[in-house]
Amino acid sequence: MCLAIPGKVEEILEEDGLKIGRVNFGGVVKRVCLDYVPEVKLGDYVIVHVGFALSILDAETAELTLADFRAMGAFDEEFASEEEQFARAAAQSSSPCPDGSCPDDASAVKVAGKPE
Amino acid sequence: MKYLTEFRNGEIAQRMAREIHAVTTRSWKIMEICGGQTHSLIKNGIDQMLPAGIEMVHGPGCPVCVTPLELIDKALAIAARPEVIFCSFGDMLRVPGTDRDLFQVKSLGGDVRIVYSPLDAVELARKNPDKQVVFFGVGFETTAPANAMSVHVAKRSGLKNFSMLVSHVLVPPAIEALLSDPRNRIDAFLAAGHVCSVMGTWQYPPLAEKFRVPIVVTGFEPLDLLDGIRRTVVQLESGRHEVENAYARAVTVEGNRPAQKLLEEVFEVTDRAWRGIGMIPNSGWKLRAAYRDFDAEQRFDISGIHAHESPLCHAGEVLRGALKPDQCPAFGKECSPRHPLGATMVSSEGACAAYFNYGRFLSADDLASAGKAGN
Repeated sequence: MCLAIPGKVEEILEEDGLKIGRVNFGGVVKRVCLDYVPEVKLGDYVIVHVGFALSILDAETAELTLADFRAMGAFDEEFASEEEQFARAAAQSSSPCPDGSCPDDASAVKVAGKPE
Repeated sequence: MKYLTEFRNGEIAQRMAREIHAVTTRSWKIMEICGGQTHSLIKNGIDQMLPAGIEMVHGPGCPVCVTPLELIDKALAIAARPEVIFCSFGDMLRVPGTDRDLFQVKSLGGDVRIVYSPLDAVELARKNPDKQVVFFGVGFETTAPANAMSVHVAKRSGLKNFSMLVSHVLVPPAIEALLSDPRNRIDAFLAAGHVCSVMGTWQYPPLAEKFRVPIVVTGFEPLDLLDGIRRTVVQLESGRHEVENAYARAVTVEGNRPAQKLLEEVFEVTDRAWRGIGMIPNSGWKLRAAYRDFDAEQRFDISGIHAHESPLCHAGEVLRGALKPDQCPAFGKECSPRHPLGATMVSSEGACAAYFNYGRFLSADDLASAGKAGN
Protein backbone atom coordinates (compact mmCIF):
# COMPACT_ATOMS: atom_id res chain seq x y z
CA MET A 1 0.00 0.00 0.00
CA CYS A 2 3.04 2.24 0.28
CA LEU A 3 3.64 2.15 -3.44
CA ALA A 4 3.74 5.55 -5.03
CA ILE A 5 4.74 6.48 -8.56
CA PRO A 6 6.02 9.61 -10.29
CA GLY A 7 3.82 11.49 -12.72
CA LYS A 8 4.03 14.83 -14.54
CA VAL A 9 1.78 17.70 -13.50
CA GLU A 10 -0.06 18.94 -16.60
CA GLU A 11 -2.76 21.16 -15.13
CA ILE A 12 -3.39 22.78 -11.75
CA LEU A 13 -6.89 23.81 -10.65
CA GLU A 14 -8.84 24.72 -7.55
CA GLU A 15 -11.73 22.39 -6.69
CA ASP A 16 -13.75 22.50 -3.51
CA GLY A 17 -11.06 24.41 -1.65
CA LEU A 18 -8.41 21.88 -2.67
CA LYS A 19 -5.48 22.26 -5.06
CA ILE A 20 -6.13 19.56 -7.65
CA GLY A 21 -3.85 18.59 -10.51
CA ARG A 22 -4.14 16.53 -13.64
CA VAL A 23 -1.12 14.26 -13.47
CA ASN A 24 0.13 12.13 -16.37
CA PHE A 25 1.55 8.67 -15.57
CA GLY A 26 3.02 7.49 -18.87
CA GLY A 27 -0.22 8.28 -20.71
CA VAL A 28 -2.76 7.64 -17.94
CA VAL A 29 -4.05 10.93 -16.55
CA LYS A 30 -5.43 11.06 -13.00
CA ARG A 31 -6.85 13.71 -10.68
CA VAL A 32 -4.40 14.21 -7.85
CA CYS A 33 -4.62 16.35 -4.71
CA LEU A 34 -1.66 18.77 -4.63
CA ASP A 35 -2.40 20.39 -1.25
CA TYR A 36 0.70 18.85 0.35
CA VAL A 37 3.03 20.24 -2.35
CA PRO A 38 1.90 23.90 -2.44
CA GLU A 39 5.04 25.04 -4.33
CA VAL A 40 4.41 22.63 -7.26
CA LYS A 41 4.65 24.00 -10.84
CA LEU A 42 3.39 22.77 -14.20
CA GLY A 43 5.87 20.25 -15.61
CA ASP A 44 7.10 19.08 -12.20
CA TYR A 45 7.10 15.37 -11.46
CA VAL A 46 5.30 14.47 -8.24
CA ILE A 47 5.30 11.18 -6.31
CA VAL A 48 1.68 10.12 -5.95
CA HIS A 49 0.08 7.72 -3.48
CA VAL A 50 -3.71 7.05 -3.33
CA GLY A 51 -4.51 10.27 -5.17
CA PHE A 52 -2.19 12.54 -3.17
CA ALA A 53 1.16 14.03 -4.20
CA LEU A 54 3.55 13.33 -1.31
CA SER A 55 6.63 15.05 -2.71
CA ILE A 56 8.00 16.83 -5.74
CA LEU A 57 10.58 14.61 -7.38
CA ASP A 58 14.00 16.28 -7.36
CA ALA A 59 14.92 15.87 -11.02
CA GLU A 60 18.53 17.00 -10.57
CA THR A 61 19.11 14.46 -7.78
CA ALA A 62 17.45 11.74 -9.85
CA GLU A 63 19.90 12.39 -12.72
CA LEU A 64 22.89 12.42 -10.36
CA THR A 65 21.77 9.13 -8.81
CA LEU A 66 21.40 7.56 -12.24
CA ALA A 67 24.84 8.80 -13.26
CA ASP A 68 26.28 7.21 -10.09
CA PHE A 69 24.49 3.95 -10.84
CA ARG A 70 25.77 3.92 -14.43
CA ALA A 71 29.32 4.55 -13.25
CA MET A 72 29.10 1.78 -10.68
CA GLY A 73 31.15 -1.24 -11.62
CA ALA A 74 33.01 0.66 -14.34
CA PHE A 75 36.24 -0.22 -12.54
CA ASP A 76 35.14 -3.78 -12.42
CA GLU A 77 34.56 -3.75 -16.20
CA GLU A 78 37.99 -2.27 -16.82
CA PHE A 79 39.79 -5.01 -14.91
CA ALA A 80 37.48 -7.94 -15.55
CA SER A 81 39.11 -11.29 -16.26
CA GLU A 82 39.17 -12.56 -19.83
CA GLU A 83 36.59 -15.18 -18.86
CA GLU A 84 34.19 -12.54 -17.50
CA GLN A 85 34.64 -10.38 -20.58
CA PHE A 86 33.86 -13.34 -22.86
CA ALA A 87 30.77 -14.13 -20.77
CA ARG A 88 29.59 -10.52 -21.04
CA ALA A 89 30.27 -10.34 -24.77
CA ALA A 90 28.33 -13.56 -25.27
CA ALA A 91 25.40 -12.18 -23.27
CA GLN A 92 25.43 -8.97 -25.30
CA SER A 93 25.65 -10.69 -28.67
CA SER A 94 22.20 -12.19 -28.13
CA SER A 95 20.60 -8.76 -27.83
CA PRO A 96 19.02 -6.70 -29.13
CA CYS A 97 19.38 -7.63 -32.84
CA PRO A 98 21.20 -10.97 -33.19
CA ASP A 99 20.41 -11.28 -36.90
CA GLY A 100 22.18 -8.02 -37.70
CA SER A 101 18.90 -6.28 -38.46
CA CYS A 102 19.69 -3.35 -36.18
CA PRO A 103 19.71 0.02 -37.90
CA ASP A 104 23.12 1.68 -37.69
CA ASP A 105 22.00 4.32 -35.20
CA ALA A 106 20.75 1.66 -32.75
CA SER A 107 24.11 -0.09 -32.64
CA ALA A 108 25.82 3.31 -32.30
CA VAL A 109 23.77 3.96 -29.18
CA LYS A 110 24.80 0.60 -27.79
CA VAL A 111 28.48 1.20 -28.41
CA ALA A 112 28.18 4.57 -26.67
CA GLY A 113 27.19 2.65 -23.56
CA LYS A 114 23.72 4.06 -23.11
CA PRO A 115 21.49 1.02 -22.82
CA GLU A 116 18.36 3.17 -22.30
CA MET B 1 7.79 5.89 -17.82
CA LYS B 2 10.20 8.63 -16.84
CA TYR B 3 11.88 8.14 -13.44
CA LEU B 4 10.68 4.53 -13.32
CA THR B 5 12.14 2.61 -16.27
CA GLU B 6 15.61 4.12 -15.83
CA PHE B 7 15.69 2.57 -12.36
CA ARG B 8 14.91 -0.91 -13.73
CA ASN B 9 17.93 -1.35 -16.03
CA GLY B 10 19.04 -4.98 -15.93
CA GLU B 11 22.62 -4.41 -17.03
CA ILE B 12 23.26 -1.81 -14.31
CA ALA B 13 21.50 -4.08 -11.80
CA GLN B 14 23.98 -6.87 -12.60
CA ARG B 15 26.92 -4.52 -12.06
CA MET B 16 25.46 -3.28 -8.77
CA ALA B 17 24.98 -6.87 -7.61
CA ARG B 18 28.66 -7.56 -8.43
CA GLU B 19 29.60 -4.55 -6.28
CA ILE B 20 27.64 -6.05 -3.38
CA HIS B 21 29.45 -9.38 -3.85
CA ALA B 22 32.77 -7.52 -3.87
CA VAL B 23 32.20 -5.76 -0.54
CA THR B 24 30.64 -8.70 1.34
CA THR B 25 32.93 -10.78 3.56
CA ARG B 26 30.48 -12.01 6.21
CA SER B 27 26.86 -13.07 6.71
CA TRP B 28 24.33 -10.29 7.37
CA LYS B 29 20.59 -10.21 7.95
CA ILE B 30 18.92 -7.12 6.53
CA MET B 31 15.22 -6.41 7.05
CA GLU B 32 13.21 -4.46 4.51
CA ILE B 33 10.37 -3.08 6.62
CA CYS B 34 8.02 -2.32 3.77
CA GLY B 35 5.89 -4.99 2.10
CA GLY B 36 6.00 -3.07 -1.18
CA GLN B 37 9.78 -3.53 -1.13
CA THR B 38 9.34 -7.24 -0.31
CA HIS B 39 7.23 -7.65 -3.45
CA SER B 40 9.75 -5.75 -5.58
CA LEU B 41 12.64 -7.88 -4.21
CA ILE B 42 10.87 -11.18 -4.91
CA LYS B 43 9.28 -10.14 -8.22
CA ASN B 44 12.63 -8.97 -9.62
CA GLY B 45 14.62 -11.83 -8.08
CA ILE B 46 16.91 -9.38 -6.29
CA ASP B 47 17.26 -11.62 -3.23
CA GLN B 48 18.66 -14.29 -5.59
CA MET B 49 21.29 -11.91 -7.00
CA LEU B 50 22.85 -11.35 -3.56
CA PRO B 51 25.80 -13.18 -1.99
CA ALA B 52 24.74 -16.34 -0.14
CA GLY B 53 25.51 -14.72 3.22
CA ILE B 54 23.13 -11.79 2.74
CA GLU B 55 19.65 -12.72 3.92
CA MET B 56 16.77 -10.36 3.24
CA VAL B 57 14.30 -10.69 6.12
CA HIS B 58 10.79 -9.50 5.30
CA GLY B 59 9.31 -7.06 7.79
CA PRO B 60 5.85 -6.15 9.08
CA GLY B 61 5.32 -3.19 6.73
CA CYS B 62 2.04 -4.43 5.35
CA PRO B 63 -0.73 -2.38 6.97
CA VAL B 64 -3.47 -4.72 5.80
CA CYS B 65 -1.58 -7.68 7.33
CA VAL B 66 -1.09 -6.12 10.77
CA THR B 67 -4.66 -4.82 11.12
CA PRO B 68 -6.06 -6.83 14.07
CA LEU B 69 -8.60 -9.53 13.25
CA GLU B 70 -11.04 -7.92 15.67
CA LEU B 71 -11.01 -4.72 13.61
CA ILE B 72 -11.52 -6.69 10.38
CA ASP B 73 -14.53 -8.33 12.02
CA LYS B 74 -15.83 -4.89 13.04
CA ALA B 75 -15.41 -3.72 9.44
CA LEU B 76 -17.37 -6.74 8.20
CA ALA B 77 -20.16 -6.04 10.72
CA ILE B 78 -20.40 -2.38 9.67
CA ALA B 79 -20.23 -3.23 5.94
CA ALA B 80 -23.18 -5.64 6.32
CA ARG B 81 -25.52 -2.89 7.60
CA PRO B 82 -28.22 -1.89 5.11
CA GLU B 83 -27.69 1.87 5.58
CA VAL B 84 -23.92 1.68 4.94
CA ILE B 85 -21.76 2.15 1.84
CA PHE B 86 -18.43 0.64 2.93
CA CYS B 87 -15.35 1.88 1.06
CA SER B 88 -11.88 0.39 1.12
CA PHE B 89 -8.67 0.08 -0.85
CA GLY B 90 -8.79 -3.04 -3.01
CA ASP B 91 -6.33 -5.21 -1.14
CA MET B 92 -8.50 -5.32 2.00
CA LEU B 93 -11.34 -7.17 0.25
CA ARG B 94 -9.91 -10.68 0.40
CA VAL B 95 -8.47 -10.38 3.92
CA PRO B 96 -10.11 -13.15 5.93
CA GLY B 97 -12.12 -12.20 9.00
CA THR B 98 -13.19 -14.82 11.51
CA ASP B 99 -16.16 -15.99 9.39
CA ARG B 100 -15.95 -14.21 6.03
CA ASP B 101 -14.29 -11.40 4.05
CA LEU B 102 -15.56 -8.14 2.50
CA PHE B 103 -16.14 -9.84 -0.86
CA GLN B 104 -18.54 -12.27 0.79
CA VAL B 105 -20.30 -9.41 2.58
CA LYS B 106 -20.78 -7.83 -0.85
CA SER B 107 -22.13 -11.05 -2.34
CA LEU B 108 -24.59 -11.26 0.57
CA GLY B 109 -25.96 -7.82 -0.36
CA GLY B 110 -23.64 -5.42 1.45
CA ASP B 111 -22.72 -2.23 -0.45
CA VAL B 112 -18.92 -2.60 -0.50
CA ARG B 113 -16.90 -0.41 -2.87
CA ILE B 114 -13.25 -0.12 -3.83
CA VAL B 115 -11.98 3.44 -4.06
CA TYR B 116 -8.70 4.76 -5.49
CA SER B 117 -8.47 7.65 -3.04
CA PRO B 118 -10.19 8.28 0.32
CA LEU B 119 -11.41 11.57 -1.19
CA ASP B 120 -13.59 9.42 -3.49
CA ALA B 121 -15.36 8.12 -0.36
CA VAL B 122 -16.03 11.71 0.77
CA GLU B 123 -17.52 12.39 -2.66
CA LEU B 124 -19.75 9.31 -2.31
CA ALA B 125 -21.01 10.67 1.02
CA ARG B 126 -21.92 13.96 -0.67
CA LYS B 127 -23.82 12.15 -3.42
CA ASN B 128 -25.62 9.76 -1.07
CA PRO B 129 -26.98 11.88 1.80
CA ASP B 130 -29.39 9.11 2.85
CA LYS B 131 -26.52 6.61 3.31
CA GLN B 132 -23.72 6.30 5.88
CA VAL B 133 -20.40 6.17 4.01
CA VAL B 134 -17.59 4.48 5.96
CA PHE B 135 -13.96 4.40 4.80
CA PHE B 136 -11.58 1.75 6.13
CA GLY B 137 -8.61 3.97 7.02
CA VAL B 138 -5.73 1.53 7.16
CA GLY B 139 -2.11 2.35 6.48
CA PHE B 140 1.32 3.54 7.52
CA GLU B 141 2.60 7.12 7.49
CA THR B 142 2.45 7.09 3.66
CA THR B 143 -1.33 6.74 3.53
CA ALA B 144 -2.13 8.81 6.61
CA PRO B 145 -1.96 12.24 4.88
CA ALA B 146 -4.65 11.14 2.39
CA ASN B 147 -6.89 9.84 5.17
CA ALA B 148 -6.30 12.91 7.33
CA MET B 149 -7.23 15.22 4.46
CA SER B 150 -10.42 13.26 3.80
CA VAL B 151 -11.64 13.56 7.39
CA HIS B 152 -10.60 17.22 7.39
CA VAL B 153 -12.56 17.93 4.18
CA ALA B 154 -15.61 16.04 5.52
CA LYS B 155 -15.54 18.13 8.70
CA ARG B 156 -15.04 21.38 6.81
CA SER B 157 -17.99 20.50 4.54
CA GLY B 158 -20.17 19.60 7.53
CA LEU B 159 -20.78 16.07 6.20
CA LYS B 160 -22.77 14.11 8.78
CA ASN B 161 -22.78 10.81 6.89
CA PHE B 162 -19.03 10.18 6.52
CA SER B 163 -16.89 8.31 9.01
CA MET B 164 -13.63 6.37 9.09
CA LEU B 165 -12.65 3.08 10.70
CA VAL B 166 -9.09 3.95 11.63
CA SER B 167 -6.21 1.50 12.02
CA HIS B 168 -3.11 3.58 11.43
CA VAL B 169 0.31 2.22 12.34
CA LEU B 170 3.77 3.77 12.53
CA VAL B 171 7.16 2.44 11.39
CA PRO B 172 9.70 3.69 14.00
CA PRO B 173 7.94 2.07 17.02
CA ALA B 174 7.76 -1.20 15.07
CA ILE B 175 11.52 -1.09 14.39
CA GLU B 176 12.11 -0.40 18.09
CA ALA B 177 9.85 -3.32 19.11
CA LEU B 178 11.61 -5.73 16.71
CA LEU B 179 15.07 -4.67 17.90
CA SER B 180 14.05 -4.88 21.59
CA ASP B 181 12.85 -8.47 21.16
CA PRO B 182 15.44 -10.83 22.70
CA ARG B 183 14.93 -13.13 19.68
CA ASN B 184 16.01 -10.33 17.31
CA ARG B 185 18.42 -11.44 14.58
CA ILE B 186 18.33 -8.36 12.32
CA ASP B 187 21.64 -6.54 11.67
CA ALA B 188 20.30 -3.60 9.65
CA PHE B 189 17.17 -2.05 8.14
CA LEU B 190 16.07 -0.68 4.81
CA ALA B 191 13.65 2.08 5.83
CA ALA B 192 10.59 2.58 3.63
CA GLY B 193 11.14 5.38 1.11
CA HIS B 194 7.62 6.73 0.88
CA VAL B 195 7.03 6.67 4.64
CA CYS B 196 10.09 8.95 4.79
CA SER B 197 8.78 11.15 1.94
CA VAL B 198 6.06 12.11 4.43
CA MET B 199 7.88 11.95 7.79
CA GLY B 200 11.47 12.69 6.77
CA THR B 201 14.49 10.82 8.09
CA TRP B 202 14.92 12.70 11.40
CA GLN B 203 13.11 10.00 13.42
CA TYR B 204 15.72 7.35 12.68
CA PRO B 205 19.16 8.49 14.01
CA PRO B 206 18.18 7.81 17.68
CA LEU B 207 17.18 4.23 16.70
CA ALA B 208 20.39 3.65 14.72
CA GLU B 209 22.40 4.95 17.68
CA LYS B 210 20.52 3.09 20.46
CA PHE B 211 20.58 -0.32 18.74
CA ARG B 212 23.78 0.21 16.73
CA VAL B 213 22.12 -0.75 13.43
CA PRO B 214 22.53 0.90 10.01
CA ILE B 215 19.22 2.27 8.67
CA VAL B 216 19.20 3.10 4.96
CA VAL B 217 16.18 4.89 3.48
CA THR B 218 15.50 3.04 0.24
CA GLY B 219 13.23 3.35 -2.81
CA PHE B 220 11.19 0.67 -4.54
CA GLU B 221 12.70 0.12 -7.98
CA PRO B 222 15.28 -2.64 -8.53
CA LEU B 223 18.27 -0.27 -8.76
CA ASP B 224 17.10 1.63 -5.67
CA LEU B 225 16.84 -1.60 -3.68
CA LEU B 226 20.27 -2.79 -4.83
CA ASP B 227 21.78 0.58 -3.89
CA GLY B 228 20.08 0.48 -0.46
CA ILE B 229 21.42 -3.02 0.15
CA ARG B 230 24.92 -2.08 -1.07
CA ARG B 231 25.10 0.94 1.24
CA THR B 232 23.84 -1.18 4.14
CA VAL B 233 26.47 -3.87 3.57
CA VAL B 234 29.24 -1.27 3.25
CA GLN B 235 28.20 0.16 6.65
CA LEU B 236 27.97 -3.29 8.26
CA GLU B 237 31.35 -4.36 6.91
CA SER B 238 33.01 -1.19 8.23
CA GLY B 239 31.28 -1.35 11.62
CA ARG B 240 29.28 1.84 11.12
CA HIS B 241 25.63 2.33 12.12
CA GLU B 242 24.28 5.48 10.52
CA VAL B 243 21.12 6.71 8.84
CA GLU B 244 21.69 7.10 5.10
CA ASN B 245 19.31 8.34 2.45
CA ALA B 246 19.47 6.22 -0.73
CA TYR B 247 16.23 7.73 -2.06
CA ALA B 248 17.22 11.40 -2.15
CA ARG B 249 15.09 12.22 -5.19
CA ALA B 250 11.95 11.77 -3.08
CA VAL B 251 13.05 12.06 0.57
CA THR B 252 14.41 14.95 2.64
CA VAL B 253 15.51 15.07 6.28
CA GLU B 254 12.48 17.09 7.35
CA GLY B 255 9.88 15.34 5.18
CA ASN B 256 6.63 16.90 4.00
CA ARG B 257 5.82 19.72 6.46
CA PRO B 258 2.30 20.56 5.21
CA ALA B 259 1.36 16.87 5.52
CA GLN B 260 2.88 16.59 9.00
CA LYS B 261 0.93 19.69 10.07
CA LEU B 262 -2.44 18.22 9.07
CA LEU B 263 -1.53 14.80 10.53
CA GLU B 264 -0.83 16.54 13.83
CA GLU B 265 -4.18 18.30 13.69
CA VAL B 266 -6.29 15.24 12.84
CA PHE B 267 -4.51 12.35 14.58
CA GLU B 268 -2.93 11.64 17.94
CA VAL B 269 -0.54 8.85 18.90
CA THR B 270 -2.05 5.76 20.51
CA ASP B 271 -1.05 2.21 21.48
CA ARG B 272 -1.92 -0.31 18.76
CA ALA B 273 -2.19 -4.07 18.66
CA TRP B 274 -0.42 -5.43 15.55
CA ARG B 275 -1.90 -8.64 14.21
CA GLY B 276 0.59 -11.45 14.76
CA ILE B 277 2.95 -9.25 16.80
CA GLY B 278 0.88 -7.91 19.69
CA MET B 279 0.56 -4.57 21.45
CA ILE B 280 3.25 -1.99 20.62
CA PRO B 281 3.14 1.19 22.74
CA ASN B 282 2.64 4.48 20.85
CA SER B 283 2.69 2.66 17.53
CA GLY B 284 -0.39 4.09 15.85
CA TRP B 285 -2.60 7.06 15.24
CA LYS B 286 -6.25 7.59 16.19
CA LEU B 287 -8.56 10.50 15.48
CA ARG B 288 -8.25 13.41 17.92
CA ALA B 289 -11.25 14.39 20.09
CA ALA B 290 -12.11 17.24 17.67
CA TYR B 291 -12.67 14.59 14.95
CA ARG B 292 -14.33 11.95 17.14
CA ASP B 293 -17.67 12.44 15.35
CA PHE B 294 -16.01 10.94 12.27
CA ASP B 295 -14.83 7.81 14.08
CA ALA B 296 -16.81 4.81 12.78
CA GLU B 297 -16.15 2.90 16.02
CA GLN B 298 -17.99 5.70 17.89
CA ARG B 299 -20.76 6.06 15.34
CA PHE B 300 -21.76 2.39 15.12
CA ASP B 301 -22.55 0.12 18.02
CA ILE B 302 -20.45 -2.94 17.16
CA SER B 303 -20.63 -5.39 20.01
CA GLY B 304 -20.48 -9.17 20.08
CA ILE B 305 -17.23 -9.47 18.07
CA HIS B 306 -15.46 -12.74 18.92
CA ALA B 307 -12.37 -12.83 16.75
CA HIS B 308 -10.78 -16.24 16.29
CA GLU B 309 -7.45 -16.73 14.48
CA SER B 310 -6.80 -19.85 12.42
CA PRO B 311 -4.47 -22.13 14.42
CA LEU B 312 -2.81 -23.20 11.12
CA CYS B 313 -1.71 -19.67 10.17
CA HIS B 314 1.85 -18.55 11.06
CA ALA B 315 1.47 -15.00 9.69
CA GLY B 316 2.67 -13.51 12.98
CA GLU B 317 6.06 -15.22 12.72
CA VAL B 318 6.28 -14.20 9.05
CA LEU B 319 5.53 -10.57 9.97
CA ARG B 320 8.24 -10.61 12.68
CA GLY B 321 10.74 -12.01 10.18
CA ALA B 322 11.07 -15.19 12.27
CA LEU B 323 9.76 -17.41 9.47
CA LYS B 324 9.98 -17.22 5.68
CA PRO B 325 6.58 -17.71 4.01
CA ASP B 326 7.61 -21.00 2.39
CA GLN B 327 8.69 -22.34 5.80
CA CYS B 328 5.07 -22.24 7.02
CA PRO B 329 3.57 -25.76 6.96
CA ALA B 330 0.30 -24.44 5.48
CA PHE B 331 2.00 -22.42 2.68
CA GLY B 332 0.65 -23.44 -0.73
CA LYS B 333 -1.33 -26.27 0.87
CA GLU B 334 -4.17 -25.24 3.21
CA CYS B 335 -3.30 -21.60 2.47
CA SER B 336 -3.22 -20.01 -0.98
CA PRO B 337 -4.53 -16.75 -2.49
CA ARG B 338 -7.76 -18.62 -3.33
CA HIS B 339 -8.17 -19.93 0.21
CA PRO B 340 -6.15 -17.60 2.43
CA LEU B 341 -5.75 -18.32 6.13
CA GLY B 342 -4.11 -14.98 6.83
CA ALA B 343 -3.86 -11.47 5.37
CA THR B 344 -0.21 -11.97 4.34
CA MET B 345 -1.42 -14.35 1.60
CA VAL B 346 -3.74 -11.82 -0.08
CA SER B 347 -2.41 -8.32 0.50
CA SER B 348 -0.46 -6.72 -2.35
CA GLU B 349 2.25 -6.19 0.28
CA GLY B 350 1.99 -9.53 2.08
CA ALA B 351 5.17 -11.60 2.05
CA CYS B 352 3.22 -14.88 1.58
CA ALA B 353 1.44 -13.41 -1.45
CA ALA B 354 4.80 -12.36 -2.93
CA TYR B 355 6.27 -15.85 -2.47
CA PHE B 356 3.18 -17.51 -3.90
CA ASN B 357 2.63 -15.19 -6.86
CA TYR B 358 6.26 -15.22 -7.96
CA GLY B 359 6.62 -18.99 -7.80
CA ARG B 360 8.65 -19.39 -4.60
CA PHE B 361 6.45 -22.31 -3.55
CA LEU B 362 8.42 -24.55 -5.92
CA SER B 363 11.40 -26.39 -4.46
CA ALA B 364 14.69 -26.70 -6.37
CA ASP B 365 13.66 -30.28 -7.20
CA ASP B 366 10.30 -29.08 -8.53
CA LEU B 367 12.03 -26.50 -10.70
CA ALA B 368 14.52 -29.08 -12.00
CA SER B 369 11.79 -31.53 -12.92
CA ALA B 370 9.68 -28.75 -14.47
CA GLY B 371 12.74 -27.84 -16.58
CA LYS B 372 13.17 -31.46 -17.70
CA ALA B 373 9.47 -31.77 -18.53
CA GLY B 374 9.79 -28.58 -20.58
CA ASN B 375 12.67 -30.05 -22.60
